[in-house]
Amino acid sequence: MSSTTADAHAGGHGHGHDHPKHLAHHFETLEQQYGSGKLGIWTFLLTEVLFFSALFVAYTMYRAQYPEVFQFASQYLDTNLGAINTIVLLFSSLTVAWGVRNAMLGQHKMLCINLLLTLACAGGFMGIKYVEYSHKFHEGTLWGGHVDSIFKADPADISETMKEHSHAWNGDGELVAVKDLDPVFRQRLGLFFAVYFCLTGLHGIHVLIGMILLTWLLLRAMKKEFGPDHFGAIDFGGLYWHLVDLIWIFLFPLLYLIS
Amino acid sequence: MTPSTNTLERTNYLNATKGFMSWFWTIDHKRLGLMYMWSVVAAFILGGFFALKIRMTLMPGAVDFASQTAEQMNAYNNAFTVHGAVMIFLVIIPSIPAALGNFVVPMMLGAKDVAFPRLNRFSYHLWIIGALLFTGTFFIGNLDTGWTFYPPYSTGSTDNTVILATLGAFVLGFSSIFTGLNFIVTIHKMRPANMTWFRMPLFLWAIYATAVIQILATPVIGISLLLLLVEKTMSIGIFNPELGGDPVFFQHLFWFYSHPAVYIMILPGMGVMSELFATFSRKPIFGYKSIAMSSLAIALFSFIVWGHHMFLSGQSQLMSVIFSALTFSVAVPSAIKVFNWIATMYKGSVAFTTPMIYGMSIIWLFGIGGLTGLFLATLGTDVQFHDTYFVVAHFHYVMVGSALFGFIGGIYYWWPKMYGRMADNFWTKLAWFMSFIGFNLTFLPQFVGGSRGMPRRYAGYGTEAGYDSFNYWSTIGAMILAVGLTMALGTLIYSMFRGRKAPSNPWGGVTLEWQTPTPPPEHNFEIDAFPVGDPYDMNLCEYNGEEEGFLPVNPRADDPCVADVAIDPVYFEPESENAPA
Repeated sequence: MSSTTADAHAGGHGHGHDHPKHLAHHFETLEQQYGSGKLGIWTFLLTEVLFFSALFVAYTMYRAQYPEVFQFASQYLDTNLGAINTIVLLFSSLTVAWGVRNAMLGQHKMLCINLLLTLACAGGFMGIKYVEYSHKFHEGTLWGGHVDSIFKADPADISETMKEHSHAWNGDGELVAVKDLDPVFRQRLGLFFAVYFCLTGLHGIHVLIGMILLTWLLLRAMKKEFGPDHFGAIDFGGLYWHLVDLIWIFLFPLLYLIS
Repeated sequence: MTPSTNTLERTNYLNATKGFMSWFWTIDHKRLGLMYMWSVVAAFILGGFFALKIRMTLMPGAVDFASQTAEQMNAYNNAFTVHGAVMIFLVIIPSIPAALGNFVVPMMLGAKDVAFPRLNRFSYHLWIIGALLFTGTFFIGNLDTGWTFYPPYSTGSTDNTVILATLGAFVLGFSSIFTGLNFIVTIHKMRPANMTWFRMPLFLWAIYATAVIQILATPVIGISLLLLLVEKTMSIGIFNPELGGDPVFFQHLFWFYSHPAVYIMILPGMGVMSELFATFSRKPIFGYKSIAMSSLAIALFSFIVWGHHMFLSGQSQLMSVIFSALTFSVAVPSAIKVFNWIATMYKGSVAFTTPMIYGMSIIWLFGIGGLTGLFLATLGTDVQFHDTYFVVAHFHYVMVGSALFGFIGGIYYWWPKMYGRMADNFWTKLAWFMSFIGFNLTFLPQFVGGSRGMPRRYAGYGTEAGYDSFNYWSTIGAMILAVGLTMALGTLIYSMFRGRKAPSNPWGGVTLEWQTPTPPPEHNFEIDAFPVGDPYDMNLCEYNGEEEGFLPVNPRADDPCVADVAIDPVYFEPESENAPA
């Protein structure tokens, strides 16, 4: 809002402007509108980081207290699946960034393809995550409070079938029955999985939200709504998706690569 | 006579569109601000009802202590829990930022709206959902955890009302985050070209500092409440000692938000105070930069002092010592503000209007509330005062005495702008007097009782405990306070319909919101741009008897506030060399 425009519109109202098509009523220029969106999404991402922060603190605190538990527990996580998911998400970051470029250049078709690829990667990630989760529910490698968990302090609380079939490699490379582990140690394994499921679960929810967002952007892109003077939504959605990737980039080594 | 700058008879934002949906689905920040204000008032009445219930239970002789049944005691636990949770999450946190902030911030910036109007509407709808979830607890059981929701009790033996309540607080948290985010972007991006950071009104600085806390602290309570929910519903175990978890960890997370939240409550009130003291002393605010910077300092310090809530929770002694020392640091920027307000009045031409009286009484109330905070920051004394009525009295002096009085003072200050009418001078002052007397009578005895060991959260004490006189005066005070606050509300509602029509600038403020007709048009201003200079240069406007308000000394030719005032044409002729560029 600059005072030099005042005289031209003296006595009139803001609606007298030649308002560009994509400019909302309360902004003066497209730059102001885009800059506001950009600052808004970065501020939002900051709140997202803080939203995850408590869980990272929980991870740090419990790992610092029980390093041997976390080391032991990581044998239950499939590093290969985790690595594939990491690659899938990294690739999706590429496609979404490419999509922003497409929008800026007005390449409608490539934008749709890139958004579709990103969406496919997100779906693939969730598919692999589903395989991992269902495996854990099947094996009973769950947080201690779950009925089917094998990580309960009192062996009597573990279901009979699980008790017989659950084994783990101990630190000396020997296979031991989970029911014969030290009760406190076993309980803390449950705590590891509490942290694991909270972290990956919350991340998974963010992937799902991202998929909804990407679908919405794709539908709009198919209607050719985006172009060189109007790519804010793609840009901001892309930034959100990068954050979801970035959090996984931290989760993968912290959870899967402990040794 | 109707002031020439009053637009009640013309089109303004109140009558531009009609019908329920034109309000409920609006993106106009002014309407959202008003809806927030009335919603907060409704929630305040609910919370106030429970406050009176607490005081009635504790009135000596009202309930026979020895023969209380378990149900009665549970009902008491429910009363103080709902009172605390409603007052904090539904009332004080959204009061000034969401209600007054929404109404005032864009106009102070000379803007048409906040940066994200639809997000703003979404925040308000989240508030409603959160409020419904909270009220839902009344129908399914007895919420009795205290507003802090500490595990393992909250996740263990208490009933499932905790799920609804934490879900409600979670949703309200996002309402607060989006409001804060909106204000940060609005203040960064929508300032007029020549409004530099240090030409912003101090209310904007306070709202900005508040927004910083809102976006940095609130996500942490969000995740903590989410973890509490999965703990309660799925026994995840992160806070459960039976599963190897740590309940004290929850307390750390909780206070990492909830201590900064105290400044979410008080900083906007301080912002209102700065506006009141400058306007009603007819003097530029004393120490502008130090007030602005102290807001940011308070926001910063608020994040490093949370451990003083946990001196007796089993944190290490070293940590307690460090937190104690850090806590004292908050006193410095708080005191800077108070000294600056007092210095602003010095040799000023102080007008004892209703908003100013609220402002001045806050110096007394915040003085007591702030200084008793130092007793609680001191390790040795806190061991004595912990969980006593001393603490209760302390935070009521800050949150009710300062934040709520600031809210009411702010409402009276901007009320003419909101509804285009003036509240009655005599009755508003009488309402203030009753509230002030009632408030002090309620909480001063609690300092004394608390310092003699009267524990908080007890459903009764029995005469032999020796606290009867404190409870007696507290309850009497609470009733006077209730009458005072009801009167204050009554003056507002009466003036909405019968009040004298207000001029655009009844108080002589020189910030931009006073430079538009009252009530403002839909898009705030009828002219496009403003000259922005010193926000507290009181020589810019002058009292005019026929207008019964203030008019600019050097009005612009196109200024709709004065264009059709036909009083003294010579007087209003702009002096071209001084006319704004």
